[in-house]
Amino acid sequence: MARMTQLGRLEAEGIFIIREVAAEFDNPVMLYSIGKDSSVLLYLARKAFHPGPLPFPLMHIDTTWKFREMIEFRDRMAREIGFKLIVHTNEEGLAAGVTPFTHGSRYTDIMKTEALKAALSKHRFDAAFGGARRDEEKSRAKERVFSFRDAQHRWDPKNQRPELWNLYNGRINQGESIRVFPLSNWTELDVWLYIHFEKIPVVPLYFAKPRPVVDRDGMLIMVDDDRMPLRDGEKPRMETVRFRSLGCYPLSGALRSNADSLTSVIEEMLVTRTSERQSRAIDFDQAASMEKRKREGYF
Amino acid sequence: MAAVRLENFLRRHEAKALLRFITCGSVDDGKSTLIGRLLHDTQQILEDHLAAVTSDSRKWGTTGDEPDLALLVDGLQAEREQGITIDVAYRYFDTEARKYIIADCPGHEQYTRNMATGASTADLAVILVDAARGVLVQTRRHAYIVSLLGIRQVVVAVNKMDMVGFDERVFTAIRSECLELMARLGVTGVSLVPVSALKGHNVVTRGEGMPWYTGPTLIELLDSIDVNRDQHLADLRLPVQYVNRPNATFRGYAGTIAAGGLAVGDPVMAVPSRRVSRIRSIVTFDGNLQQAAAPMAVTVTLDDEIDISRGDLLVHPDRAPSVGRIIDAHLIWMSDSPLLPGKQYEFKISHRYLRGTVERIHHRVDVNDLSEHPTTELKLNEVGLCRIVFAEQAAFDTYASCRTTGALIVVDRLSHATAGAGMILASVAPHGVHHDISVFWQPTRVSHQQRANQKAQHPCILWFTGLSGAGKSTIANAVEQALFLRGHHSYLLDGDNIRHGLNKDLDFSDAGRVENIRRIGELAKLFVDAGLIVVTAFISPFRGDRRMVRDLVGPDEFVEVFVSTPIEVCEKRDAKGLYARAREGTIRNFTGVSSPYEAPEAPEIEIDSSKLTVTECVDRVIRYLESQDRLKN
Repeated sequence: MARMTQLGRLEAEGIFIIREVAAEFDNPVMLYSIGKDSSVLLYLARKAFHPGPLPFPLMHIDTTWKFREMIEFRDRMAREIGFKLIVHTNEEGLAAGVTPFTHGSRYTDIMKTEALKAALSKHRFDAAFGGARRDEEKSRAKERVFSFRDAQHRWDPKNQRPELWNLYNGRINQGESIRVFPLSNWTELDVWLYIHFEKIPVVPLYFAKPRPVVDRDGMLIMVDDDRMPLRDGEKPRMETVRFRSLGCYPLSGALRSNADSLTSVIEEMLVTRTSERQSRAIDFDQAASMEKRKREGYF
Repeated sequence: MAAVRLENFLRRHEAKALLRFITCGSVDDGKSTLIGRLLHDTQQILEDHLAAVTSDSRKWGTTGDEPDLALLVDGLQAEREQGITIDVAYRYFDTEARKYIIADCPGHEQYTRNMATGASTADLAVILVDAARGVLVQTRRHAYIVSLLGIRQVVVAVNKMDMVGFDERVFTAIRSECLELMARLGVTGVSLVPVSALKGHNVVTRGEGMPWYTGPTLIELLDSIDVNRDQHLADLRLPVQYVNRPNATFRGYAGTIAAGGLAVGDPVMAVPSRRVSRIRSIVTFDGNLQQAAAPMAVTVTLDDEIDISRGDLLVHPDRAPSVGRIIDAHLIWMSDSPLLPGKQYEFKISHRYLRGTVERIHHRVDVNDLSEHPTTELKLNEVGLCRIVFAEQAAFDTYASCRTTGALIVVDRLSHATAGAGMILASVAPHGVHHDISVFWQPTRVSHQQRANQKAQHPCILWFTGLSGAGKSTIANAVEQALFLRGHHSYLLDGDNIRHGLNKDLDFSDAGRVENIRRIGELAKLFVDAGLIVVTAFISPFRGDRRMVRDLVGPDEFVEVFVSTPIEVCEKRDAKGLYARAREGTIRNFTGVSSPYEAPEAPEIEIDSSKLTVTECVDRVIRYLESQDRLKN
């Protein structure tokens, strides 16, 4: 047995899952959201098939409301790495004038969920990789690595396949498909550490910088272009902010922060996780940390 | 300075070992509380989250003003009520020493299936025992499934010590019972720790309730137990997962090393094809390697262009796994439609899907008391030892020696659902029964005796043996005719005919001859069981083989008929021209010429066809059967 670190084991597991799908399915696709998890997923796929190119395309569901820096990053990655990129937009929705400002929660349904289903059907993809992790929320804790979908892309929670060892069952009937989550066992910290140690490029929006923002409904929203209708009294002002997660700019809340590098982002994340515990700063010293735990006792 | 400290912290976190464990126990044992306690006391819970739990606890909890830590991990109840299948929930936490993945399996109904799923990827199991209730049926069930899934390290957390007044004697009694149970199951790595998850004693912090206990706390055990996958196999197993051919010049075999290691220049063999080559390079994204070992994901290139495809195993030529079509495996059934012997399924082993059937179920194991029962099907959540026959050759190890190459899943061919999971116990040679396990004979309703009575005869094997040309077939045929005319039920097994069909895969080597006789013996035995008088006519030159057949049936059911015609007479007859060809040397291993004939020492009947006519020979045989009261009228 090689002595492997926990990140090494997670990496090997991710590569295994990606190769298994490429080998078993006729027409897989990797969903590319341009975020940090997608960046790690893409990197693992490159490792899996080195020295060859990716044996499947990447697909981005473009709502047309993504941050401009995300689109620039996406196109730069496609150019530099040389993967095949499919960009799909719900043109009907676009023509009907569906925007985050006019359609509320229906917007996400129409421009993201419906668009994804239509794109998967249009290209007849039988497997789609996603970057979701089990630690993201309680309900994801039980999600499979291979998540079975029927011909209508429906997930039947009563009919999920047991998943043992690494013997993933890739058998499906015509029209059925699976969603695959190679990062299932990664935590948010693992993702950032991996980006740090492997020097994986990520969208600059994760790092603090003065950006034009408005306060709206308790969130700091970045005014990324002039399509954003400003309400009465709203006036964009420059603030040093960054983003924890990326999506459509009118729906992504910014964070006031000075963390402008990878290490400072990680440090901020660690401190945030624990600072509310009687403003206890993260204790990087092992012995002191253990001592503190012993002193804390229970409650 | 801060940056350096952070970098050191990150390095330490990155370098932690990963340990996956399963928790076995029900809500009643305080399992949720224990997991909540682990998460809370290792600082995994955000303050706002804890505040929410504290407020929930006043409403729903059972702990008064203190936060009910079970609520940190529960929330599954609601989902269960909605009918959502919850088999395994995975949770993550870490200490200074290790990163942990907990496989938490709630639910009673689907317990065997869920536990097996969680245990399949676990290095270690934490089994909860309620101190007030002691070792229960469910404890035995948990321990059995853990051992079945090959987990070799078990920590028994004797919980709710606060409910028994922290009494050391309670712990000691449970301790000896658990150690005995685990020893019986072959689990040797057993640790026990008395805890109170509710009060937080001996989980992460020591607490004050049990000064008599000076051993490690639960988390200290988890941090220190050396699992290292408990992989026994040191030999290379690289299942070929993906053949990487980006262009005409590169042909790489990608896969995750399941056991052992390899280095550039090592000889390797692909199984089942048994083609041999050498490792030319070990390719990774981070640069080529000189050597690699389990559990790394690599791509290798070979010196020779040999035909290797997904599903093959790369191994060391002298350290090959079993290759064959027949295995015995423990199956855990996970589908609503029961496992039926004879039905076609697909079996996935490593990266191959093989068609096959379960030929028979040797027995079902009662997971509660480990007793074994004959059965004709396996239902949902049942465990059985099964004989599986694949349509093609496969390469595999026993599950005990290598989890990756010794495990399989069963896939339903219509729905494609995962219907079962299996752990290979042994390879079964096509020529023989392996002796690792006891094989249950399927009980049948009509008895041997009833069939025999119906036919008014005492069934037996009339085993004719003698040289080629001695007259065996002629006499045997005539005996059968005589029996038929008298109204008896018989069947003649003739050497040439059997070799045209049932045994056409066998050659005339010693091993082929032994197997030829063994199969005929088995067939004859079934016919005897059916109530028939079986007449066979084979040279069967070896005493040992004839004894083997004699031993297959009852003591008075084997009648050896030695046709002792001298070789000179046989050779003179030479109806098929075989002796001539044997003397020329064009037939090798010819009995009496270039291969020995071992004459019977005490045959029931001896006849020499050079001295007797065929009719006289037949009379001798029939008179013998009558004298033994074999033929009733």
